[in-house]
Amino acid sequence: MITLMTFSSDSRFHRQLVFVNGLLPALLMLADGWRGKLGANPVEFVTRTTGVLALILMVLTLLVTPVRKVLGWNWLLKQRRLIGLFAFFYGTVHLITYLGGDRGWQLLTVPTDIYKRPFIAVGMISFILMVPLAVTSTNAMIKKLGGKRWNQLHRLTYLIAIGGVVHYYMIVKSDVTYPLAFAISVGVLLAYRVIASLKPAKR
Amino acid sequence: MSASSDIPPNEITPEETFLNRRFFMKSAIWAGSALTTTGLYQAFRPQPEVKQAGESIQTVVESGVDTTLLPGEKPNTFSEIAGYNNYYEFSTDKSSVAKSARNFVTDPWSVDVGGLVNKPRKFDLADLLKFESVERIYRFRCVEGWSMVIPWVGFPLLRLLNMVEPTSTATHVAFETYYDILQMPDSVYAGIDLPYVEGLRLDEAMHPLTLLATGLYGKTLPNQNGAPIRLVVPWKYGFKSIKSIVKITLTDREPPTTWNIANSREYGFYSNVNPTVDHPRWSQAHERRIGEGDRRETLMFNGYGDQVASLYAGMDLRKNF
Repeated sequence: MITLMTFSSDSRFHRQLVFVNGLLPALLMLADGWRGKLGANPVEFVTRTTGVLALILMVLTLLVTPVRKVLGWNWLLKQRRLIGLFAFFYGTVHLITYLGGDRGWQLLTVPTDIYKRPFIAVGMISFILMVPLAVTSTNAMIKKLGGKRWNQLHRLTYLIAIGGVVHYYMIVKSDVTYPLAFAISVGVLLAYRVIASLKPAKR
Repeated sequence: MSASSDIPPNEITPEETFLNRRFFMKSAIWAGSALTTTGLYQAFRPQPEVKQAGESIQTVVESGVDTTLLPGEKPNTFSEIAGYNNYYEFSTDKSSVAKSARNFVTDPWSVDVGGLVNKPRKFDLADLLKFESVERIYRFRCVEGWSMVIPWVGFPLLRLLNMVEPTSTATHVAFETYYDILQMPDSVYAGIDLPYVEGLRLDEAMHPLTLLATGLYGKTLPNQNGAPIRLVVPWKYGFKSIKSIVKITLTDREPPTTWNIANSREYGFYSNVNPTVDHPRWSQAHERRIGEGDRRETLMFNGYGDQVASLYAGMDLRKNF
């Protein structure tokens, strides 16, 4: 913690850290896939893992504000968009494994499938909501939209995180340990925001 | 530029040493974070290769039962069969069951057979292994949409049932899995009522395809596959094929079944493999055969319709799913 503080203005270093750790699971999965080490059902493993990774990264983006406020680590803010983009990256791979692995690329069956399986619908909505956030993640877009509107738009993150947790809860057969852990994490992080907004703003 | 803005660089520490120290600390953070991420990933990655142990079981060649595979089908590898299991008493992570079940005690073992029978009896492991064994290579279809081909070793359940002589009032058979929280500590996460219970109609239980398996690939069952004795009903979803049986009871009513108790809308008593009845979470029209790239179309009664469809003549299988 202290060591990180001494580098608190070194945003290039932070960027590299986020980048490497964000990409690492994908690289490890690729390497394991190459060596045939993804277990008996690689499609299921990659689908589940990329989904969980997207959710973990969404929770991390929600963690930035409370950590900044509580610990004063303002440098985290500069990395939030990159963390969010990694969430979108894993969400996209998750969607691709569904389209290829579950639907066998029969894309015309997707609408019926969304209608038949509610958890797919919830996941799909969450993914679609991520798209505008990924598109507006550049500096130029922040300038174009203006900080206030950009912030408003990016509150969609809350809905996406809730949608992701519900989606996970719905697919699990009976052991809800992990979905519950995510539900509690997201719940606490959203509750923090509600409570913070109730307090008069400090000037 | 920003790399040195928080500390004046012209202090007593020579610049080179200072930069070296920063470099060293940065490298340590780098390595530490990458190792943590890798460790987390490894913790979730499936277990490595599973090797076959167990003792050989003598089998005899039988005739009269058609279990020919379809063209292009071949048995899954031992590692696939013994490394990817649903056995919630040990773990809800299919690739962790083999490890969690490693020390499960399956000897001594006994199966209590009673209820509506003329000759109730307790079979111990030696009695069960005395039944003349056959090899049956069956398709195995999980309700989750994956499937395997498994070379089971065992004997038809009807031979055991004939020994205990079901009474004329018996209509169903109830099965129960061993349960012991000390041996199965992770069962607290299972989220289902335990012990695991399953059931069949008596005519389903007496069908020649219905097997009590004691082994696979010619040797006694690995713990994670339901040692020392399990049911195999190849035309039903895998969860009907109850593992590590300790009790078989003949009754005159439909017995409660674990997944039906957990969610009756999703799991019916019959749970015959049926591509036309979708599950709310898994489309049942296709399946992923473990070890294959493309999906396969799921067959009615898992491809055993010729032999079992008559059991359900006149029944609405959409209602009795």
